Amino acid sequence: MESQTNIDFSRRNFLKTSLLASGGMLIGFNFMAACKPKAAMPTAIENLNFNDFNAYIKISDEGFVTIFSPNPEIGQGVKTSMPMIVAEELDVDWNKVTVVQAGLDTKKFKGQIAGGSQSIRSNWNVLRQTGATAKQLLINAAAQKWNVDASTCTASKGIISNAKGETLDYGDVVKLAATLPIPEKVTLKEIKDFHIIGKEIANVDIDKIITGKPLFGLDFKTDGMLYAAVVRPPAFGQTLVSFDASEAKSISGVLDVFTIGEKARNFLSKGYVSWTAILSESDKIVVVATSTWAALKAKKTIKAQWKQATELESSAFHDKKLTALLEGDTLKVVREDGNINDAFQQADTILERTYHSPFLPHNCLEPMNFYANVTADKIELVGPTQTPEEVSKAVAVLLGRKVEEISVEMTRMGGGFGRRLYSDFALEAAEISAKIQKPVKMVSAREDDMTTGVYKPSVKYQIKAAIKDGKISGYQLKEAAFNGNMYGSIAHFFPAGCIPNYKVATASVDSNITTGAWRAPYTNFLAFAEQSFFDELAAAIKIDPIQLRLDLLQKVKNTTDKKIQYSGERMENTIKLVREKSNWGKVSNGIYQGFAAYYSHNTHVAEVADIELKDGFPIIKKVTVAVDCGVVINLSGAKNQVEGGVIDGIGHAMFGDMSFENGKPTAKNFDVYRLIRMQETPKVEVHFLQNDLSPTGLGEPGLPPAGGAVANAIHAALGKRIYQQPFVKELKKSSVLG
Amino acid sequence: MPNYTLSINGKTQTVTADADTPLLWVLRDELNLVGSKFGCGIAQCGACTVHIDGIATRSCQMQISYLEDVKITTIEGLSENGTHPVQEAWKEIDVPQCGYCQAGQIMTAAAFLADNKNPTEEEIREAMHGNICRCASYNRIEKAVKVASEKMS
Repeated sequence: MESQTNIDFSRRNFLKTSLLASGGMLIGFNFMAACKPKAAMPTAIENLNFNDFNAYIKISDEGFVTIFSPNPEIGQGVKTSMPMIVAEELDVDWNKVTVVQAGLDTKKFKGQIAGGSQSIRSNWNVLRQTGATAKQLLINAAAQKWNVDASTCTASKGIISNAKGETLDYGDVVKLAATLPIPEKVTLKEIKDFHIIGKEIANVDIDKIITGKPLFGLDFKTDGMLYAAVVRPPAFGQTLVSFDASEAKSISGVLDVFTIGEKARNFLSKGYVSWTAILSESDKIVVVATSTWAALKAKKTIKAQWKQATELESSAFHDKKLTALLEGDTLKVVREDGNINDAFQQADTILERTYHSPFLPHNCLEPMNFYANVTADKIELVGPTQTPEEVSKAVAVLLGRKVEEISVEMTRMGGGFGRRLYSDFALEAAEISAKIQKPVKMVSAREDDMTTGVYKPSVKYQIKAAIKDGKISGYQLKEAAFNGNMYGSIAHFFPAGCIPNYKVATASVDSNITTGAWRAPYTNFLAFAEQSFFDELAAAIKIDPIQLRLDLLQKVKNTTDKKIQYSGERMENTIKLVREKSNWGKVSNGIYQGFAAYYSHNTHVAEVADIELKDGFPIIKKVTVAVDCGVVINLSGAKNQVEGGVIDGIGHAMFGDMSFENGKPTAKNFDVYRLIRMQETPKVEVHFLQNDLSPTGLGEPGLPPAGGAVANAIHAALGKRIYQQPFVKELKKSSVLG
Repeated sequence: MPNYTLSINGKTQTVTADADTPLLWVLRDELNLVGSKFGCGIAQCGACTVHIDGIATRSCQMQISYLEDVKITTIEGLSENGTHPVQEAWKEIDVPQCGYCQAGQIMTAAAFLADNKNPTEEEIREAMHGNICRCASYNRIEKAVKVASEKMS
């Protein structure tokens, strides 16, 4: 929440400088931590070493700035927004800045860091400090040239001025600056003076994207590289018995068919990475070919026998398990205020509802793939992963090699949504390359991706509230989930602190369906359940649903409860902004509105969905969004994230459905699995709260409230409450849509 | 494997491939034209869209043996230096998030606008409905098609 502009980092050596042999100056720094004390600075760009620093700034003799950053880009925009912060404090024109990503362009980059929804939040101060320190260093150099006190000099947009009105370009002083000591205390800019941050800056890869240049993992290629497709168990709970690949081997371009698995099982027994649980114990059949097509075509012809090793789960089985958890005695209390039982006993009215969501695949549009070249002296790994460090450690254990022999290069990623936090595909590629002793690209087909992936687990929430004298006197939420429960601080989100008697309890049961993080983990569905429930509560109390939230939030303002995660004040302001911008309650006849607000990933978001009926079917026309994410870094990227998050949230709430029969997902491709498309999308209008608070993430927070806002608007339009995702299935069940 | 002579982006190219090989994989694996993307393999997502005689076509479903007498244009050949009005509009609106689907979106939009220079909002939404954007940058795609149509008319 801090907004101060003078931060004493008291970190000596958080950056280092060197003079480049080819001209200009190089500044090495780290996005997340201070540099290693003994780290050496290169004097040639070719020798950038990302083990010592994970980012570099080059300032040329002409004053052009290049920011070398190996930060992963999954579409959330950090490759643009993080350099913007450095450039702002360095105070250069953005059109003099080039951003170079470690990865495809060169093989010299090593030791990248993972990004994610916390990138901006955790790096804001470090990036500002880095830019400001570099700027002060240049000012100091100019002052020395002029033989004046540095405090009498200023710099703006790449030009340093002194009291006499003389000026020097940054490029004029880089040679001297590189030899000066690093300033220890610098002043950050006032937010009102920003000329890059807060502006609409285009994605730095835009030219490559619109002309189809190689950027993504699937585009990466080396000489002599082969292609591999993998046959994995068709059902969760199965293992391989035997297979017949005679037809596959007759397909031209197919070089070999074999199994892998032994190394992975050995690896599993060591429980080495956080995502060990998603790795299959079964052998897998690998087809190696000279082209992707030959590998994918041959894979389909393989006849394999599988045996059941564990339960072959179905959606009915899942439903039964979750219901049993809600009614069982394994629930663990994660937050309790007051006395919930007394509240229910003394209530005038009790409202209880149960909400259900299915498993959901991530469906990144770029299917999982990875390149591996395992040789006697080194291992090269290249591809789309959000956890490169873990990949190198995991492959070291998998193949019994030293981490120092392994390099991992990240490519741009065709979507992440959480899927690429689990790098099972990188281990497969490494095991295949180790076996054939050749460079290979493992490519999943869409069907592999959708049916052998990692899923958002199916969840049920049972919410029960007590109403006494027109007020909510008690609130109880039970979570039933697979393979783990709501983590960290979610129990301390709204309405914790707003209701005197409050209890959240969770229970989990194991499933052999592999589950993991999915855009806005847990809150993606919890927000729909909770915010729909509050809409019903408002109706029961006969109060405007927005007013109900605002009244409740008064109670959490200035709370002394340190566990409370959200801010009553910020949420109130966010809700008031959306109320105003959406014309809440003042729209014309035929438009039905639904409201939801949610805090997640440190950002407060409120949304109003406008629905019209067409032949009795609800058409979502518009979603008005208010967001408090602190200072907005890149206005264009920020809006894009929220627009996308809202439509993604609506798409999965309306259509997202992955059921299982005998351990097999029932949808394999986009002909059956429905993703939202253009004609189903509303206009999303995004408004940001104006403040100077530290920035928070935007990749996820737009998504959670969307389902609730739409469900509440559907109720306003049709008088029907929805308790399950996907909504279209529920609407079709009722007479509403026939 | 047989040889096929193809006209791609104004150049004649000979490739050796099985008759049933989809154009998408010839472009990507044989010709190093990786702008056309693999998304679903069953013509459902549109990431692989190219122009065949000017018509937006899913290259994952087009067998190479049928393509000897047609003109194929991929994203790499849509313009020199990314200056097609649709590409310029994409840049102006800053459409992409992850960017993976965008070549297919651009090719669909370019073929659509060649036929319909002044489309209504409804026509744009219908024309672009077949292309999935998993990041859901749909609002911007819609806006960019509109901006491109203004540039072209």
